[in-house]
Amino acid sequence: MAIHEKTLIDPSRLITSDTLVVDGVDVSGHWNTMILPRTLKEYDDGFEAHIKEYAGAENVHRCWQCGSCTNSCTMYAQNTDFNPRYWIYLTRLGLKDEILKDKDIIWQCVSCNKCTNICPKDVRPEGVMKALAHWIEAEGFGEKSNSTIFDEEFARQCIARGRIEDSEVMTNFYKNTNQDIKEMALNGWLGIFVARMNKWTELRNGNIWKFITRTPIMHSLHMGYSMFFKPKTKSWGHTGEVLSQYVKEQKELAHG
Amino acid sequence: MAKVAYYPGCALEGSGGPYDRSTRALVKSLGMEMETVHDWNCCGAMEVKNIHPMLQTYMSARVMAIASEQMGYDTVMAPCNGCYHNLKKAEYELATSSESLDTLQGLAKKSEDPVYKGDVRTVHLLEWLMEDLGADGIKQKISKSLNGIKVANYYGCMYTRPRQIFPEKDQGPGSESSYKPHFMDDLLGAAGAVNVDFPLKTACCGGAHTLSDADTSTQLVLNIIQAAEDAGAEVIATECPTCHSGLEMHQVRAETEFGIKTNVKILYFTQLLGLAMGLSARKLGVHENVSDSLDFLHAKGVV
Ligand code: SF4
Ligand code: SF4
Repeated sequence: MAIHEKTLIDPSRLITSDTLVVDGVDVSGHWNTMILPRTLKEYDDGFEAHIKEYAGAENVHRCWQCGSCTNSCTMYAQNTDFNPRYWIYLTRLGLKDEILKDKDIIWQCVSCNKCTNICPKDVRPEGVMKALAHWIEAEGFGEKSNSTIFDEEFARQCIARGRIEDSEVMTNFYKNTNQDIKEMALNGWLGIFVARMNKWTELRNGNIWKFITRTPIMHSLHMGYSMFFKPKTKSWGHTGEVLSQYVKEQKELAHG
Repeated sequence: MAKVAYYPGCALEGSGGPYDRSTRALVKSLGMEMETVHDWNCCGAMEVKNIHPMLQTYMSARVMAIASEQMGYDTVMAPCNGCYHNLKKAEYELATSSESLDTLQGLAKKSEDPVYKGDVRTVHLLEWLMEDLGADGIKQKISKSLNGIKVANYYGCMYTRPRQIFPEKDQGPGSESSYKPHFMDDLLGAAGAVNVDFPLKTACCGGAHTLSDADTSTQLVLNIIQAAEDAGAEVIATECPTCHSGLEMHQVRAETEFGIKTNVKILYFTQLLGLAMGLSARKLGVHENVSDSLDFLHAKGVV
């Protein structure tokens, strides 16, 4: 089993005295740095079982700590603190406080499935990452992440109409995360993106002919139309209600 | 030639419109046949499974059930990696877990939806083209070479991972590979493109967090674009509307927010293949892309 010594030597456990003489020998400075011993008491024996009740984490018990998930992980390559193997290990040991130290990055998993693809024990680490992120939010240890806010808006539209509409997802996401979409459109990259898509940049540069021949009129009209007449699955009927009811029941069953 | 049920999905109905148009135009010009899935619903993309996996399984299975029960097809074709992945995942889940299948069928009866029986398979557009025509078939049909345009073929995450849900991949000669996919290379190569040695074919573009963690997505997209440029690519060919919009969006963001300008053009592989079939750039929606490649394609003699 791997060890998690990096947290045993966290700065608060280090003691260094400016001057220290032992048996007549001056051991001041680096030589007298000590690590406070500790006995782990703050583990939760039932934690692994609890996390397994979150959909996607059913196989977390299978992990044998080979490290393949972390080794292949897209986010680990961006930031070595993003470490699925380590969090799975802590989950199995019930060391919730240690997991919570990384609560601000766990949600960043991009669902690229490299880990799930490579895991020799079919742990499906991607699902475990989502489960941990949901646990953190459900227990109130962290704010709802932007990622969850996005998922909720997306799923809301799916359940209501059977389909989503791009600009509605985008505007509601920015609204629900208190971001100023107008500011982004007027002064930020979003505006430049839209201008380029509609080839207004050609117009600004005086290339009238290029603008006329390249502006995507039908595409823009179609997208504009969808903003007012939302795409909808006509036969969706009460499918949405049945699905919401099912999810509600399942969550109650798992978490009371 | 096998006729298939075509599942466009939400992205191709919205921002991925050029992919839908170029797919339809290409398929028609190749003499292949497909029929759009009646009144389809969203597959749940990458988001709905995070609310509950059964939601996503249900939404995907509903599409397959419409195709088989109401339309009589045994194959659903999806050009979007997200749709393809979700339908394959539902196929796998429902074939390997009788508990899931029972739950699903119970929910379908309650909802008065067609009931999925496990008798449909899903293929990606790339696979359908390879199955029905193959690179040689494409070669015979091209009317205009892509003139050695240097292409980095970008397949993304969901077309290859996790490999468990794609039992037909990695089956030896002729099959698609989940580690080194090559179908897009084969098809575009046959149409006269030069495929560059691109190491990030299956890297992640951060599509799941394209808005919610934009800095990460911009970084991941930059990795892909810069690797393509280093490999000498003039174009990145995409096969997924989410990857495509992600690359375009974060290419602009990298330039305007971080001052990192890149020049590689981003085109759907269907647009490139369509050009090789002699279809007009307008019909293929090339002007609807954000990265403006018309001058480049003109200079190459392709448009
Ligand atoms: S790849 Fe699988 S078995 Fe290996 S450490 Fe990661 S979760 Fe555990
Ligand atoms: S799915 Fe998440 S945890 Fe797995 S490799 Fe990708 S980013 Fe890492």
